[in-house]
Amino acid sequence: MRFLAQPEPEATPNPILPHWEELVVGSIAFAILCFILMKFVFPKMEETFKARVDAIEGGIERAEKAQAEANQLLNQYKAQLAEARTEAARIRDEARADAEGIRQDVLARAREESDRIIAAGREALAGERQAIVRELRAEMGTLAVDLASKIVGESLADEARRKGTVERFLSELETARAS
Amino acid sequence: MSSKAALVLSAEEVPFPPGVDDFYLPDLLGGHGVWLTKFTLMVWLAVAILIVFFLVAYRNPKIVPTKMQWIAESIYGFNRDGIAKDMLGHEGVKFAPYLATLFCFIALTNIFAIVPLLQISPNSHFAFPVMLAAITYVLYWYWGFKAHGVWGYLKMNLFPPNVPWPMYLILTPIEFATIIILRPFTLSLRLFANMFAGHMMLLVFTLGGFVLLNAGGLLAPVSILSWLMAVALTIFEALICMLQAYVFVLLTTSYLQSSLAHEH
Repeated sequence: MRFLAQPEPEATPNPILPHWEELVVGSIAFAILCFILMKFVFPKMEETFKARVDAIEGGIERAEKAQAEANQLLNQYKAQLAEARTEAARIRDEARADAEGIRQDVLARAREESDRIIAAGREALAGERQAIVRELRAEMGTLAVDLASKIVGESLADEARRKGTVERFLSELETARAS
Repeated sequence: MSSKAALVLSAEEVPFPPGVDDFYLPDLLGGHGVWLTKFTLMVWLAVAILIVFFLVAYRNPKIVPTKMQWIAESIYGFNRDGIAKDMLGHEGVKFAPYLATLFCFIALTNIFAIVPLLQISPNSHFAFPVMLAAITYVLYWYWGFKAHGVWGYLKMNLFPPNVPWPMYLILTPIEFATIIILRPFTLSLRLFANMFAGHMMLLVFTLGGFVLLNAGGLLAPVSILSWLMAVALTIFEALICMLQAYVFVLLTTSYLQSSLAHEH
């Protein structure tokens, strides 16, 4: 302290006695420093530290979430792919079965058709045969009568008799063949 | 004070040996006032530098810090994690802003001791360390009372538990002196004495060099040695400046720790 009374200008101050003026100046200056740093700077730093921790933790969390999402998506795709594969196999099998069915159908229809044609041919043949037999029978009668009248030399004019004789002969002929 | 030494060199009259008077220069108006001296000016300068630095560095904080922001954060982080959190645990974080401010102020005013043109620390005037120690004093009393009550805090310190009772005859007066006067006195004196002695040492070797040079003859070349010594001591002084700032903050935290602790 530059002591209580007006000091001697030449007096050497005692360094262990603080100047009260310097105490005042130091206190005010340091108080201002404390106020500004502790109010405007260090709380902001704490906030930044916290934000940094949040950012890192949040980043990790986000990455984990994205990973899980990707895994889920992958599984979903795999499931879908497997499903599509079985579907394709099923469709292929079905198609194969369908083709087989169609082949069988066509074959059956063709066989039926051929059978039908053959049957129709047989029927027609039989009908024709009948017609020919009938015709031949009539013609043969006439021819036989003519031949017989020529041989016998007598005219068998009597229609009724003539017809009955022929018929009888033919019937006999038929029964003889049938027996 | 090499500039002063250089001025008087022409007069061939170096003020040697340096004394206490070298710490009390005339004020800036040439008188003998105390309000406006190199010392008060340096304190304001330190406050201004710190405020500007921190406000600029933390003007626009980013998650990924810029270089300047990183430096500011490192200084704070050193006090927050390295001192406050380390010694006081998680509740110590609330003291970190003050401790960091204290550290910055002491470190910068100390380092003025070796900054060209300034070349002396304001802390070589006892008033500034006293002012800082007084704040520490108030802090640890306040938190001691708050944590344990007035009587609880006194009892905890004056009558430490698990001690045979006759020991109290010795311990109690020592502990009493410690918390009442020794702590703040040693705290301020340590800082002041280090800065005072550091400046004195630099003066001795710097001015001593001129004295040797002026002595002429065989002594003149020895001045080189003296100045080399001054350079080495300047580097040493830088170390002391940082160390004393750290010690001051560390002890403040330690006193707070003993105030907050559940056991003495």
